[in-house]
Amino acid sequence: MLANLLPNVQWETMWAATVETLYMTGVAVAATFVLGIVLGLLLFLTAKGNLWENRFVNTVIAAFVNIFRSIPFIILIILLIPFTTWLVGTMLGANAALPALVIGAAPFYARMVEIALREIDKGVIEAAQAMGASTWTIIWKVLLPESLPALVSGITVTAVSLVSYTAMAGAIGAGGLGNLAYLEGFQRSHNDVTFVATVLVLVIVFVIQLIGDVVTSKIDKR
Amino acid sequence: MVHHTFLFSAGRKVFFLRSAALGRKEGETMITLEHVTKIYQAANGSVTAVDNVSLEIREGEIFGIIGYSGAGKSTLIRLLNGLEKPTGGKVIVAGRDMGRIKGRELRKARQEIGMIFQHFNLLWSRTVRENIAFPLEIAGVPKAERQKRVDELIELVGLTGREEAYPSQLSGGQKQRVGIARALANNPKVLLCDEATSALDPQTTDAILDLLVDINKRLGLTIVLITHEMHVIRKICDRVAVMENGKIVEQGDVLHVFRNPQQPITKRFVKQLVEPEETEEAISHLFGQYPSGLIAQLTFVGAAAGQPLISQVVRQFAVDMNILQGKISQTHQGAYGVLFVHIDGAADEIARALDYIQSQQVAVEVIHDAR
Repeated sequence: MLANLLPNVQWETMWAATVETLYMTGVAVAATFVLGIVLGLLLFLTAKGNLWENRFVNTVIAAFVNIFRSIPFIILIILLIPFTTWLVGTMLGANAALPALVIGAAPFYARMVEIALREIDKGVIEAAQAMGASTWTIIWKVLLPESLPALVSGITVTAVSLVSYTAMAGAIGAGGLGNLAYLEGFQRSHNDVTFVATVLVLVIVFVIQLIGDVVTSKIDKR
Repeated sequence: MVHHTFLFSAGRKVFFLRSAALGRKEGETMITLEHVTKIYQAANGSVTAVDNVSLEIREGEIFGIIGYSGAGKSTLIRLLNGLEKPTGGKVIVAGRDMGRIKGRELRKARQEIGMIFQHFNLLWSRTVRENIAFPLEIAGVPKAERQKRVDELIELVGLTGREEAYPSQLSGGQKQRVGIARALANNPKVLLCDEATSALDPQTTDAILDLLVDINKRLGLTIVLITHEMHVIRKICDRVAVMENGKIVEQGDVLHVFRNPQQPITKRFVKQLVEPEETEEAISHLFGQYPSGLIAQLTFVGAAAGQPLISQVVRQFAVDMNILQGKISQTHQGAYGVLFVHIDGAADEIARALDYIQSQQVAVEVIHDAR
């Protein structure tokens, strides 16, 4: 029955592509989370009136973030080809997609982190300082825990974007569902393959969103 | 409420006893400010927030700083724990030069200076227990000891049963109790209160003020508070400084300042307390009704407020005395009251009556003389 409706779908290939997409998204989300928080913290802490106020560092990071956030992803992949081949040794396959995915998504997430940190009441930071907390203690015990719900909902949005980025990366050879939909579905006019790949991408996105929402509401004690 | 058990249990509580014992040696200086100035560089020139302030605050006293917003009191209190650095002058707290020390030494010093805030500034992601444990984590207290100390503090501030609640589940008064417990966690020598009751309703304000007095007495803690409410000064302070435009314009014992306010701003604050705004109007309305005699304002302070003065005067002198309006408020050091009276009779009898009243340590101000 299913074979009649979707004659061209090879489930093993489809499953392998799904795993590739999940792999790329998973690793990229993890790396983006860490890099984005580091960049976001730096943006926040070096801003005017904050703990590490430093106009130069702030301007440099802000410029970096703005530039990489503005470059369309498909162009970013092409621009990063020399960097990727130097780092990974090839520009094909799932691993080759990772540098572009992280460099594309981390600046975007860094801005969200910065906004989340700015939402923290300055008085709470002042209270921690008044107790004799060091800057590290303030980062680990005040800034990150207090902004955690916003950090989680931000990484959820970023993860959803990353799924579509992997599809774009797939179109130029990184593998995954995007690659399959493009090569098998579009170029060979197998619409059923495109359809199934799309449904699977949608399922991945819904699951990510669901997990993000549940976790956010669980940790939000405001 | 049973508060005292923590004093006698073992371990860290020794510190409590020690600080309580130190508190009895009143009179030793805990905080000294010498010609302290704080100037902010703003885009359109500089702003002098604190202007050549010199102060001495003694160990174990409750010292209030009152002023309207923008007077510089917020900056002044932040100079005491190094959240602000003085542009000039010296800030000495518990023997440390808060303007000079940096890094680890400053953080260590801050652990001996608790602070509570108008908006409580609790970590919403932590429970009551975890919030109170936070300064102990900062000080590197081991976990088991932390637990014990937190339990004592929860009992001290009367939050038993709410340990696992998050700040969002607490009322304003309860939040401030958490703030107080947190500020006391590391057995500080000084407690700074930054408008600590300004966001609370009158009843809760009184409960929190009672708690502060209780802690001051029990632990011998030096308390410095800033406020714009005379009520707070009246209720708990031993001494008061009045601040205006970055300067301390007047300071002294609360009762003394209440009795003889010198500066216009101080008079305004004192007035706010003892005579509601309508009083003056109500009294002047009465002028017409008393074509003879005079209307005087009698100001009682301390012990004088408890004497049967009116009946003594009427018995000893041939005058009639009629109370038009009055109010007595309790201060930390004694009562303070104001009476508006109409006195009538022969001129020399009135004069003698007024002399007598003055001889009883009651200030007399004739505000309307129909003679």
